[in-house]
Amino acid sequence: MARETPEVNGGSLADIAFLLLIFFLVTTTMDIDTGITRQLPPEPEEDQITDIKVNKRNVLVVLLNRSDRLMVGGAEMDRLDLKAKTLEFFTNPTNSQTLPVMEETEVQFPPGSSSLLPPDGIWRGKVSKGVISLQNDRSTTYGKYLQVQNELVAAVNELRNDFCNLYFDKDYDELNTAIPNDEEIQSGIRQIYKMNISEADPKNIGGRN
Amino acid sequence: MAKFRRKKGKGMAAINTASLPDIVFMLLFFFMVSTTMRETEVQVKVTVPEATEVKKLEKKSLVSYIYIGRPVAHVARMYGTEPLVQLNDKLVSEEGIPFESVQDFVLFEREKLPESDKNKMTMSLRIDQNIPMGKVDDVKQALRRARALIINYSARKEYRTQGRQR
Repeated sequence: MARETPEVNGGSLADIAFLLLIFFLVTTTMDIDTGITRQLPPEPEEDQITDIKVNKRNVLVVLLNRSDRLMVGGAEMDRLDLKAKTLEFFTNPTNSQTLPVMEETEVQFPPGSSSLLPPDGIWRGKVSKGVISLQNDRSTTYGKYLQVQNELVAAVNELRNDFCNLYFDKDYDELNTAIPNDEEIQSGIRQIYKMNISEADPKNIGGRN
Repeated sequence: MAKFRRKKGKGMAAINTASLPDIVFMLLFFFMVSTTMRETEVQVKVTVPEATEVKKLEKKSLVSYIYIGRPVAHVARMYGTEPLVQLNDKLVSEEGIPFESVQDFVLFEREKLPESDKNKMTMSLRIDQNIPMGKVDDVKQALRRARALIINYSARKEYRTQGRQR
């Protein structure tokens, strides 16, 4: 019993720990979920009248048929041209009679947040009444559908971003929603450039399934 | 200058590496603790599409996952190759419209959230890019009915080379 236990050589301990460390380093994936966030319309109430009369010029019909072909406002279109078309639709730069009505609106921003706004922080300008109606067939592939959604969202994001850059000298995404001031700016911009994308109840377009 | 030159002859003192294992162990424990093994086994093949306007999903605790895709090989042997819906870790095996299951799922997930966050619940839709929209529309209708209105179409970041186009 008196015999002493021989000392264990701890020199290789570091090597073993390194090996384990490298294993965990390699297997750890910091996967961040990314995606496009959208809001679904609430289910209509039973007694609610679902057919709301909308002026024809205020609607842009985006149709994606069963063979993934895109039709915008009655004409076939390439996906990459959709963003420009959406921008034109939402801004109506030429004051055209065929593009949506621009309505005079007042939007409240935090007072003194921008030098381009009057001291009370009320923005007065024209807001589009346009609505994009997105329709797809049951056989449309999801990938194509999301690409179209992406173009529409991209157009609205660009409008918001440009406005934010002009008035607040910042990107729209740079605004921190945790700060009440920034949150107010964001909701103001959201009122000016609404994400007016309505999705029709699913139906079959272009032939039988 | 002479001061420095005198030292040169002595050679470098050996660095004591006895604390090296401690440092490495510390790093090791950090990674062991921070690594979360995915607890849900995805039983459908999902390749999410690419999009340019993607944003990060902020609060993971508010997010529930809905997967839609064709089953992986060992599941396909049981259920066939038609697109199936998986809710978090549960595969919906029933054919046709998974209305009921989706609604039960939403209620169950909503119950888990604190009262203040119940209306912020986000449904992350991880859908394969080659799935026909019919299945997706069914799930979306079910979500509408269950009042889970905030959805996130999961997508990878796509970088366009031509830059911003007007």
